[in-house]
Amino acid sequence: MLKYARATVLVCAAALFAPSAALAGQTIKIGFPIPLTGEIPKVGESTKFAAELFKEETNAKGGLDVGGKKYPLEFIFEDNESRPETAVNVTLKLIDRDDVLAIIGPQSSRQAVPVGAVANDNETPMITPWSTNPDATRDRPWVFRAAFLDPFQAPVAADFASKQFNAKKAAVLFEISNDYSKGLADNFKDAWEERHGKGAVVSFESHGPKDQDFSAQLTKMIAARPDFIFLPQNYSFAALIVPQARDLGYKGYFMGSDAWGSAELMKLCGDACKGQFFSTHYAAAGATGKTKEFIDKYNKKYGYVPDDVAALTWDAVALIADAIQKASKLEDDTRKMRKLIRDNLASVKNFKGITGDMRFDAQGDPVKCAVIVAIDDQGQFTFKESVCPK
Amino acid sequence: MELVLQQCVNALQWGSFYALIALGYTLVYGVLRLINFAHGDIFMVGAYLAFFISTALLAPDGMFAFPRELVLALTIPLTMIFTSLVGVTLERVAYRPLMRKGAHRLYVVITALMCGLILENGNLALLGASRKTLPVLLDKSVYDLWGIAVTNLKLWVILAAVLVFLALHFIVVKTRIGMAMRAVSWDKFALPLMGIPLDSVIVFTFILGSGVAGLGGLLFAMSYPVLEPYMGAMTGWKAFIAAVVGGIGDIRGAFAGGFLLAFVEVMVAAFLPSTFRDLFAFSILLLILWQRPTGIFGKPLTSKI
Repeated sequence: MLKYARATVLVCAAALFAPSAALAGQTIKIGFPIPLTGEIPKVGESTKFAAELFKEETNAKGGLDVGGKKYPLEFIFEDNESRPETAVNVTLKLIDRDDVLAIIGPQSSRQAVPVGAVANDNETPMITPWSTNPDATRDRPWVFRAAFLDPFQAPVAADFASKQFNAKKAAVLFEISNDYSKGLADNFKDAWEERHGKGAVVSFESHGPKDQDFSAQLTKMIAARPDFIFLPQNYSFAALIVPQARDLGYKGYFMGSDAWGSAELMKLCGDACKGQFFSTHYAAAGATGKTKEFIDKYNKKYGYVPDDVAALTWDAVALIADAIQKASKLEDDTRKMRKLIRDNLASVKNFKGITGDMRFDAQGDPVKCAVIVAIDDQGQFTFKESVCPK
Repeated sequence: MELVLQQCVNALQWGSFYALIALGYTLVYGVLRLINFAHGDIFMVGAYLAFFISTALLAPDGMFAFPRELVLALTIPLTMIFTSLVGVTLERVAYRPLMRKGAHRLYVVITALMCGLILENGNLALLGASRKTLPVLLDKSVYDLWGIAVTNLKLWVILAAVLVFLALHFIVVKTRIGMAMRAVSWDKFALPLMGIPLDSVIVFTFILGSGVAGLGGLLFAMSYPVLEPYMGAMTGWKAFIAAVVGGIGDIRGAFAGGFLLAFVEVMVAAFLPSTFRDLFAFSILLLILWQRPTGIFGKPLTSKI
């Protein structure tokens, strides 16, 4: 009940602050079922901040130009509490009661997979900026995403490591109970053995969700003499594993995945993680052009460098805006307009986002480049190179 | 061969933490016949206290800007003292009133479980979910001894566990207060009649157990510098199992049990797929308990109620 009350207040507030829009009666409504509380509140915050930045910029120019007429943007943020059930409920509310034209979110796959089903059944276009699980978009023509998929990230890491470290033998340590970590580890193993022959992954070890000591696995891995160690891990584990391997006398390289890309990594890991690499969606340090512009604006307004969630959300909003603008006019019939947006999204040719150029494949997954980030001596994530799908 | 020795060193270090926590379980159980399930979380509180104390003392952010060696020398006793206070507070606020009212031991054990959850979630509410890291208090150096990699920190951890065990053993076996502790476990009702202050003995037991947990928390935070509110739960549970396998109530049992559990865990991970680590490790412990239900050092007890 409180939730509805809050939503009502939000809508009223929006109406108050944008009286001209309310009078004109027509705004472009987009719904955001995002994790403002729960396990990953920082992700929700990044999403909201990035979206509001976009909205303010567009509305300052009078709104979004559709067929020669300007319509102000109206974003409705709903808290999904990082829970799948809540995410489904608030999304239904956004679609049925708020009549949004499109859904952006949820961010993590745990909510994006069930919410994708809801959006698809209700024929509402949805973009999940951050989810990397293939199931979120699979066989759902109405659902898209802004991030690349895990099966793409693994060969990227394999190619880069082969070239950069001149590596032939790899070792992998992953978290057994985490779908993301396990999936990426399996994909990487396939990709590596495809390139360097069977048995080129000399050690393939796992650990549990609450483990803090990895010395048994690491001793085994180091004894197999790998050229580098691949850690498809959350940053909190990476911060424990890297120093422990150093304590055991390992002097080689590490390579991580996009889950390393948190500002907290360097705080927890310290000097041990400097000089390592990981693959991710975008690199803040060393960015140029539109990406740099976004980072500066965000940093100025909120006081910190935006993470990959913020950058991907910005791209998701821009994609929707682009799809709306491609319609020659704003249809009064919400259902008709939703269909138009979906069709325009599916036919995007070469969208220039701040996380790279992209188009969508038949499943609604983007075809785009991944970025390899190097951690420099100051602990900053700097751009090393981008790796594009062949 | 080097590989096996390296894994032994790994097991000795990891076992030291189990032993330090198991000693606290076993002390309280030995005296009060109470399984203090909050003990793993007291260990967590110890790690966080070490974090606060050391950041407060250390240059350049701290209030005092002491050099690092001095900070470490001060953090050890301060962490132990403050963690003891937390343990004693739990005893005063939660366990003692219940036992005074003659509650069945089961209720006190459940209260201990709740106290553990309160500590975890209190921490979460107070400090948030973002993880903390202990500042570097000791310059780490890696030694290569005949192909085995050892750090100075690992050696200190193992040494600390052995010293703590010897000290506790001495206190319990050789001193008057130790005799009183053993007497409480023998007969709680006859004790006051002999003029021994029961409450003081119990408080002393909690001071010892929690102080050791605090030391364990500090060393743990130095070895694994990612602190989160639930870090004590799983480690605490496993240490409790170690204490039971060793024979709960006996200090030698807790010490041996801690190292035994670590050896089993490390060796399973070392020679079998690491996916099966906990499954195999605990199956082996179950087999040991089948053979010796009272644990390795435990003696069969006749019920005292």
